[in-house]
Amino acid sequence: MSKNYYDSDDLKKFGNITEWSPEIGDNFFKYYNSVFEKGALPVKEKALIALSVAHVVQCPYCIEAYTEESIKNGAEKDEMMEAVHVGAAIKAGSALVHGVQMMNKGNKIIM
Amino acid sequence: MATKSLKARKSQLSDTQRQLVILNEKPFNGTLPTFKAKLDLHNLDLKPKNLEIFQINLGYMCNQVCAHCHVDAGPDRKEMMSKENLEKCLDIIKKHKIKSVDLTGGAPEMHPLFRWFVEKASAIGIEDFIVRSNLTIIVANKKYYDLPDFFAKHNLHIISSLPFYKKEKTDRQRGKGVFDDSIKALKMLNKVGYGGAGKLKLDLVYNPGGAFLPADQQNLELDFKTSLKEEYNIDFNNLFTITNLPISRFLDFLIASENYEEYMHTLVNAFNPAAVENVMCTNTLSVRWDGYLYDCDFNQMLDIKVDSKCNHIDLFDYDNMKDRNIVINQHCYGCTAGAGSSCQGTIA
Ligand code: SF4
Ligand code: SF4
Repeated sequence: MSKNYYDSDDLKKFGNITEWSPEIGDNFFKYYNSVFEKGALPVKEKALIALSVAHVVQCPYCIEAYTEESIKNGAEKDEMMEAVHVGAAIKAGSALVHGVQMMNKGNKIIM
Repeated sequence: MATKSLKARKSQLSDTQRQLVILNEKPFNGTLPTFKAKLDLHNLDLKPKNLEIFQINLGYMCNQVCAHCHVDAGPDRKEMMSKENLEKCLDIIKKHKIKSVDLTGGAPEMHPLFRWFVEKASAIGIEDFIVRSNLTIIVANKKYYDLPDFFAKHNLHIISSLPFYKKEKTDRQRGKGVFDDSIKALKMLNKVGYGGAGKLKLDLVYNPGGAFLPADQQNLELDFKTSLKEEYNIDFNNLFTITNLPISRFLDFLIASENYEEYMHTLVNAFNPAAVENVMCTNTLSVRWDGYLYDCDFNQMLDIKVDSKCNHIDLFDYDNMKDRNIVINQHCYGCTAGAGSSCQGTIA
């Protein structure tokens, strides 16, 4: 077994999660695959959203997978980086908006 | 990025034997199953069906030097089919009433006898007469400007590579200025009636600009159609997605960029048994400029001749070809990955 917590080869084994719980696993993959099919949103945009979220949740597997998926579906480098910025901005914003909570609390208790 | 041919660079990989050695080393000496083992595992066998497509490679000379080219074509390549061999091909097409003839290269239009051959072959009456045109040749020199009219006159089916509907990606793969020239050429083809609802067919070929598999053919076709129409008012019929096979200049790229093993894993993991039945070699024969016969254009580039003593057009034997065993190697995984890949796009 690899000594690292993350091993890029594990991405190829993702499908194996069904082994220990076939029904729920299969349901998940069915759902997962249908989410990424062309729908109201084009496949490329879905890949870019996934890429953005992958950065926010900091999942190296997803970053690898959706970098490739975005390129495959025609995303340009600047589009991909902008998608990462969108995720980062929301993450920063969601941290910062809690500053209001801090201020509320602070203003309440400071004499 | 446009580059020089492997041959001009005197690269080790210009030796086909060297490529075959690589295709049988790591990861296929233990980690991954060979293509043969994979077929056995699925109880599959590659057998020729009726010969439908006679693909003639007129020579390796090309005005472009695309980074991924599996032919290792370029302006420096002087290999060219002789008139004698062209005549023998005509005899075969006539005698066996071949349904589809597919002219490729290099840039087939650069062959000095290209027009002569097309005229002769058209007169035989071929159902689907394909020319693989790289588009830029049409605007490369005054002497080619009338090619669209010539194509139309002979009702040729034009299949052209356009890696992407945007300039940056196209030029990165095929060389600076290729996108603009391709757009000019496509407009010229549209003008004479290609790509519309009429009988003149213009199909485009997409292949990935790197070490990844092509995206869904239908989705990409829609993207290509919308963008080319909106931005350039260009029409075409179908988009074919083709997987890059790990040979020649693409193999060179894979090795130099340390993507080779990963890419082979990707191809093997994407093996689709349903694609096997319709891979190109099942209904195609490929002829090299010097008359040797191959199961497909890829085998030609690896110099793996058909497994028969009648392996040259001089000895062409229709029945013998139908009974032959197709020669496979690890590059074949490129034809069976995902939705499959052939000169006419996905197959599964
Ligand atoms: S146009 Fe075609 S034959 Fe010419 S270099 Fe590019 S891929 Fe090769
Ligand atoms: S590379 Fe050629 S021989 Fe191999 S599967 Fe593809 S078409 Fe057939």
